[in-house]
Amino acid sequence: MSENATVNERKDISDVVISTRIRFARNLRDYPFPCRLSEDSKRRVAATVRNAALGGSHAISGRFRYIQMSELTQEEAVSLVERHLVSPEFISDRQGRGLLLLDDESVSIMINEEDHIRIQVIRPNMDLDGAYDLADKIDTLFDEQLNFAFNDKLGYLTQCPTNIGTGMRASLMLHLPALKESGAMGKISASLSKLGLVIRGMYGEGTDPKGAVYQLSNQVTLGISEKEALNNLRDIAMQLITQERAARKAMSENITVLDTVYRAFGTLKYAKLLSNDECMKLLSYLRFGVEMGIFENIDFDTINHLMIEVQPATLMKNVGKKLSPQERDCIRAEVVRTALLRKQVPANRRLGGE
Amino acid sequence: MLCQSCEKRQASTHIKTILNGELKEFNLCSDCAAKLGYGSFFTNFGFDIDKLFGSFMDIPSPQRKAKRCQFCGSSFEEIAKSGKVGCAHCYEEFYEELLPSIQRIHGRTNHTGKLARSAGTEVKVKNEIAKCKAELEQAIKTQEFEKAAELRDKIKELEKNITESENA
Repeated sequence: MSENATVNERKDISDVVISTRIRFARNLRDYPFPCRLSEDSKRRVAATVRNAALGGSHAISGRFRYIQMSELTQEEAVSLVERHLVSPEFISDRQGRGLLLLDDESVSIMINEEDHIRIQVIRPNMDLDGAYDLADKIDTLFDEQLNFAFNDKLGYLTQCPTNIGTGMRASLMLHLPALKESGAMGKISASLSKLGLVIRGMYGEGTDPKGAVYQLSNQVTLGISEKEALNNLRDIAMQLITQERAARKAMSENITVLDTVYRAFGTLKYAKLLSNDECMKLLSYLRFGVEMGIFENIDFDTINHLMIEVQPATLMKNVGKKLSPQERDCIRAEVVRTALLRKQVPANRRLGGE
Repeated sequence: MLCQSCEKRQASTHIKTILNGELKEFNLCSDCAAKLGYGSFFTNFGFDIDKLFGSFMDIPSPQRKAKRCQFCGSSFEEIAKSGKVGCAHCYEEFYEELLPSIQRIHGRTNHTGKLARSAGTEVKVKNEIAKCKAELEQAIKTQEFEKAAELRDKIKELEKNITESENA
């Protein structure tokens, strides 16, 4: 089964899979978990973890940058969430919290979030093995220098018992517009929970699926090895991809769907003001159009990039100043227009199968 | 109907949640409802997995209540209420109390997978054996019999080590 999955992974599935994420939760044995840490002890934990990462002998150590979260502006902090580098929870109270960021932003290590250490690796497309190998390597580097909280029976110990065992959460970010449109998501998520998996909105726990972007991840972490969990996730993802593609095919001749997609393209290309919600919705439809082969000269990278670029805090960070909501909507529209400028209006393509 | 959380008072609050598309219903008394954040329409009227988890931990018996973790000072009651374990040592101190909840969450109670440097020698050897066995199976499948023989000998050697240390 896993052999098949590996073959499948090599095939291009970027029409559905946006990115891969692996997260390890780790704690130090000699400190209480963050919920019971004083601010002073939090700072000591942060210093210990920072020194272990930056002082390591491995080449990767030199590529990390340490950020003290309390020193960031609100926009900078929110932008980290929008770029999926930290969780929304992490910036809710930034005292005593630190972040280690790899130079290309593919690895972020949150210190004193729910656990002392949260190693996170993000890769574009589906790359579960690649992301896992890197997270595993960084984890081993820490393990050589720190005293991890580990129990022979329960594995890695975490503040919330839902993460004990491997402490690993592997997620795939999926674009599922056709399944969402067809109303199948409720049924799908119910059956996923029986398989030890969970599907959520774009920014994790408790968030709405903005623009039909979902996060599929493993739920069970105890009694299942990392490799088994990855294979399981990959197999289920492949089934979801097949279902999504079938649903798209069924919709590709539907004039209402086509109309929505073409209108989205028109609005994105010419609008002068775009709110975040409208923009995400339209970008999702545009991606849907690209996925169905309507807009052949727009690539997925452009859209994936835009979906992050248009988020309010990232927008302000890139402009370099605070903006009112209307100024943001104006600049957002401009960013999108510029990105789509050279993309020609698509030819009226085989409507009704002519 | 009695409250599902304290099992003492009459249930007066009826809560429906949908998690993973699965409908769950709870009947709580007003005190427990308030504790779980369902007290008023205006505060925290959201679903909080941590709190729900906490409410489903077993209620500790009186003599257990007095016990506290030597390292961080948490009592099991505090852990059960918040759904957050205090420190690594709590997992040893309250192992038996935590086990039913762990079983409910994961369906299993024994770790397999990567081991930390601080793991005991025995689990390390057992882990090595499991890894070799998986490799052996693969070697047989691909008909690499020389490699398979090597692995078989290695497994035997490792197993011998375990029985020796058990007898000692």
